[in-house]
Amino acid sequence: MTAKVRQLTVPLSDVDIASLTAGDEVELNGTILVGRDQAHFRLCQALDRGESLPLEIRGETIYYMGPAPTPPGRIIGSAGPTTSSRMDPFAPRLLDLGLKGMIGKGPRSRDVLEAMVRNGAVYFYAYGGCGALYARRIVSSECVAYEDLGPEAIYRLRVERFPLVVAADARGGSLY
Amino acid sequence: MGAMREIGCEEVAASLKKALLKAGVELPADVKGVMKEASRRETGRSALVFQRCLENMDVAEKEGLPLCQDTGMVLLFCEIGQDLRLDGDLNEALERGVREAYEEGYFRKSVVMDPLKDRRNSGTNLPPVVYHELVKGDRLKINLLLKGFGSENCSRIHMLKPTCTREGVIEAVLKTVTEAGGSPCPPIVVGIGLGGTMDKAAVLSKKALCRSLDSHHPDPWYDELERELLERINKTGIGGGGLGGDVTALGVKIETYPTHIAGLPLAVTINCWADRKGEVVL
Ligand code: SF4
Repeated sequence: MTAKVRQLTVPLSDVDIASLTAGDEVELNGTILVGRDQAHFRLCQALDRGESLPLEIRGETIYYMGPAPTPPGRIIGSAGPTTSSRMDPFAPRLLDLGLKGMIGKGPRSRDVLEAMVRNGAVYFYAYGGCGALYARRIVSSECVAYEDLGPEAIYRLRVERFPLVVAADARGGSLY
Repeated sequence: MGAMREIGCEEVAASLKKALLKAGVELPADVKGVMKEASRRETGRSALVFQRCLENMDVAEKEGLPLCQDTGMVLLFCEIGQDLRLDGDLNEALERGVREAYEEGYFRKSVVMDPLKDRRNSGTNLPPVVYHELVKGDRLKINLLLKGFGSENCSRIHMLKPTCTREGVIEAVLKTVTEAGGSPCPPIVVGIGLGGTMDKAAVLSKKALCRSLDSHHPDPWYDELERELLERINKTGIGGGGLGGDVTALGVKIETYPTHIAGLPLAVTINCWADRKGEVVL
């Protein structure tokens, strides 16, 4: 049955985003960013100081995740989603800068859902606790900012058939 | 009095390491069984979630990867037989077992040394949370939990009134589960501590999680309460991953202790479907 799952290319196109409805099962192919608590905190601190960001956010999709250490001969360790709500205070600012997709687990705040509608963005649910499964769908990983944060740094991943469910769409529809 | 049985702490460290390495990668038979059974039963949207979880269990086991990247904080319940002599430093052995397992298993180190000041990672996943209990006999038994914090953050204490009814307890548990919603990676396992003091209830709720999901409470009254709670938690419709479905919990286990005339402490510990536990008996 997984053969029938809709395939999406990331970075996402506006046409694809507009066609997604909460509840849709999808698989992502392409590149996404990874960032969690500390990375979000630093990005927003930089914005507060009027500095430019260490990377371009526009058009990107960000995965809320902090991997387990990488075993020898592997690309990444176990790599499942973390709870998205902890990123809620920061997400609207990044959405206003053009962030198009977010991946995590659990519900989002009203502010985030409103910022998604305002900017035409989508939020995906990643299967919680399925870190081993996701590790296998990641084909490359590269640190792109805040290297000193270790597993909390910002990474760019190339993913193949990365399984997700649309949890909130760009029209305000939400599973939660 | 005869000679005391003796075990070396080397052996304790090695056995604990082995059990932790297994627990982080492979779910115990009882949890696997209930997950498979639940996956067949689920008809809602979260049927998808069960399929992925089963697939994840397979990949983790075949490739020796941690099931989940949050390999948790370690809880150790040690029952030490009073006729047992431990050769060496037990606490040091427990720490060594944890440190080596997290290093060798490529488990994530998720423990910070100071909870508030600077939250610097200990780098070893030490220390574990350890409880000791002196019991009859000459054995050492360690029950271990790898406790993830997506679910731990949803755990709650309720200091209920002494006149609170059975229904009142059920409502408090349901409130905790409903507020947790999809955050603790449902399907969840619920550990309940009833009675004692606030701290005792909390520990009991963790001990309850050590029980096999197939086990029945020895007291039929509580066995019935466990069943009713499971049924009513499943009726909330939260479902796997919070996507909506018929199976929200895999099991509910209750542990009790006498309490004071003026109160009824209730602790609810929520665990995720990655219900990682183990047992070492020496
Ligand atoms: S709640 Fe459990 S399964 Fe979910 S991410 Fe945390 S440890 Fe993993």
